[in-house]
Amino acid sequence: MRIALFIACYNDLLFPEVGRATVALLRRLGHDVEFPAAQTCCGQMHFNTGYQDACIPFVEGFVDAFAGYDVVVTPSGSCAAMVRHHHPVIAELAAERGGHPGLTERVATVAPRVLELSEFLVDTLGITDVGASFPHRVAFHPTCHSTRLLGVGDRPMRLLAEVDGLTLVDLPRSEACCGFGGTFAVKNSDTSVAMGLDKVDDVLGSGAEVLTAADTSCLMHIGGLLSRRRSPVRVMHLVEILASVGSDA
Amino acid sequence: MTAPIGRPPHPGHEPSFSGTPPFPEAARTALANEQLRANLGRATATIRTKRAKVVAERTDWEALRLAGAAIKDEVMRDLPALLERLERNVTAAGGTVHWARDAAEANAIVARIARDHDATEVVKVKSMATQEIELNEALRQEGIDVWETDLAEMIVQLGHDLPSHILVPAIHRNRTEVRDIFIDEMGRVGRPAPAGMTDEPAELAEAARLHLREKFLRARVAISGANFAVAETGTVVVVESEGNGRMCLTLPEVLITVMGIEKLLPTWRDLEVFLQLLPRSSTAERMNPYTSMWTGVTEGDGPGTFHLILLDNGRTDVLSDIVGRQALRCIRCSACLNVCPVYQRTGGQAYGSVYPGPIGAILTPQLRGLAKHAVDKQTASLPFASSLCGACFDVCPVRIDIPEVLVHLRGQVVRQSEATHRFPSREALVMGTAAWGMRSPARLGLAERAGGLAGRLFGRRGRLPRMPGPGPISGWFRARDLKTPAPESFRAWWHRTDGGRGRDR
Repeated sequence: MRIALFIACYNDLLFPEVGRATVALLRRLGHDVEFPAAQTCCGQMHFNTGYQDACIPFVEGFVDAFAGYDVVVTPSGSCAAMVRHHHPVIAELAAERGGHPGLTERVATVAPRVLELSEFLVDTLGITDVGASFPHRVAFHPTCHSTRLLGVGDRPMRLLAEVDGLTLVDLPRSEACCGFGGTFAVKNSDTSVAMGLDKVDDVLGSGAEVLTAADTSCLMHIGGLLSRRRSPVRVMHLVEILASVGSDA
Repeated sequence: MTAPIGRPPHPGHEPSFSGTPPFPEAARTALANEQLRANLGRATATIRTKRAKVVAERTDWEALRLAGAAIKDEVMRDLPALLERLERNVTAAGGTVHWARDAAEANAIVARIARDHDATEVVKVKSMATQEIELNEALRQEGIDVWETDLAEMIVQLGHDLPSHILVPAIHRNRTEVRDIFIDEMGRVGRPAPAGMTDEPAELAEAARLHLREKFLRARVAISGANFAVAETGTVVVVESEGNGRMCLTLPEVLITVMGIEKLLPTWRDLEVFLQLLPRSSTAERMNPYTSMWTGVTEGDGPGTFHLILLDNGRTDVLSDIVGRQALRCIRCSACLNVCPVYQRTGGQAYGSVYPGPIGAILTPQLRGLAKHAVDKQTASLPFASSLCGACFDVCPVRIDIPEVLVHLRGQVVRQSEATHRFPSREALVMGTAAWGMRSPARLGLAERAGGLAGRLFGRRGRLPRMPGPGPISGWFRARDLKTPAPESFRAWWHRTDGGRGRDR
């Protein structure tokens, strides 16, 4: 099985530790992973903000970078949903605009192979116990795109449940959106912050030391609010917990 | 935009949504209103829980949703023939059918019919179509008094207020505010509220009942909307909870119904699907208390004169958009409002339309012609009034993929902005530069190195509390820090260490 890592651009720039944790975890589970250097961005920000034509080069770049791999693993539920659900839509748009021969077919080949990390672990590898140890109180935020768009269901929770020493605390109203929403966070910043502060209240009320999710984009928003409040609660991507083996994490 | 608690005693005209600022600004005002947020938060949480419970009772809920969507799609495909079939059947049963291209035509038809019957007042069943065309204001200009008889709609009208919800237009009011409105206003337009009335719901309902009773018994003309109209039989259907609708639909001599052309159902059997979908989704009831159905007129039973006005008002434009047309499946249940995290915090008035919430964010811009011509800034802001969380799609009983339509309409807004401005907007410049930088691995790598450097210069222990200089994302920093770009990107790390196999390990 030839596995490629799609890091997602904001992880690449802001959260490289998420990528390093993904590589470490997969290697620990006995799977090598390649990082195709030609990869850039899935185009989600442009697509969701209304700049759909600007996404055509992103989609072309994506299928070029990831052609030939059996699986493309990404530590981002949101970007996985973008590729699987919306790259075909952009390919159709490209066909309408003309001059992109074969893009639809290439997208149809590559897009279904893109899996969010918990899908890859639970469905492809068939494991929920990844041998991790993380002795902390953890709350899990099921991000909207990973649950509603991608449908990862309880896979992340099943993975967390097997982590040695980890106490999973209940996050009230966990299904409620945190208010990040991509450019919504800046275009409608007041509403975004109001939603985020309610989420922060729920996180603080849960007694968690760490808030985790399958999307660092939402965590960046919630983490930014926590940081401004000088809260000691940390945000960590799911894979950082799954990659942990000692009590030093 | 938000109706203040201190209401003007005698406004010169009906309140209107025109003049509502773009959504971000309207939302900011609404968010500052703690009372509004508390009222809304409580009310939506209650109805959300109840809805989830009654929907979970149905093991065939998904099949019902699929059937509902399929029936409505059939209506879209066959709309002209079905409308003509409805017209034939209503006419054959003694009703009169009118066709209205837009609000002005519909209002003129209603006013003419009311004048023909020498009406000086009309009673109204709760109706979104008549709110959409601002019928009350049009009739007022003709010197005809209009009495809303739905409890929440009456609270809005008495309070010189604007609706904030499709089903519960006074959802932003708590019972103390309702009591104050009743005490201040009922006496001005009819029977006053009983002396010493408290804010107990039973007392408020009794005051409303007494106030409305004299209007029901006196009015000779009633106006309604329609939840459904069956083409096969010519039957019009109104579902409601309070019985005020039944009063309006049966007591007066003349009934005028204004319905959007998409309210059609092909056959009688189709009602089976919708009379299950609608109550569970809207009021969280297994069945609504009152379902009124009438086919033309019946001698000695109910109104002797029936006029049905078929309203387009932008709907055929919506129909011509293959992605956007799914909005015409909407049965006005409000489930999407009650689950929307944005709506819950801003309330409905911030959307500047009688259609608030997620459905309003896709319906209002389309009805206002976004696909055809430039729209105002407020309208253009609506498709962006969503975090795209998708909760609305999950609960929609007719499976309108609201996030999909929102993104589609955002594209129309962006293309319209490009077409109407000589120079690109600041946002377009930022997005264009970002697209140029991000689509090439080499340029992205360079940008990441620059970001890492900036992070080292401006960050404090990994956090950036504000943007160095003004920028398009300054809104981020009002209440949030930003994680600083990493000193070394993942890409750079992989390259330097050969994916962690090299000298770093």
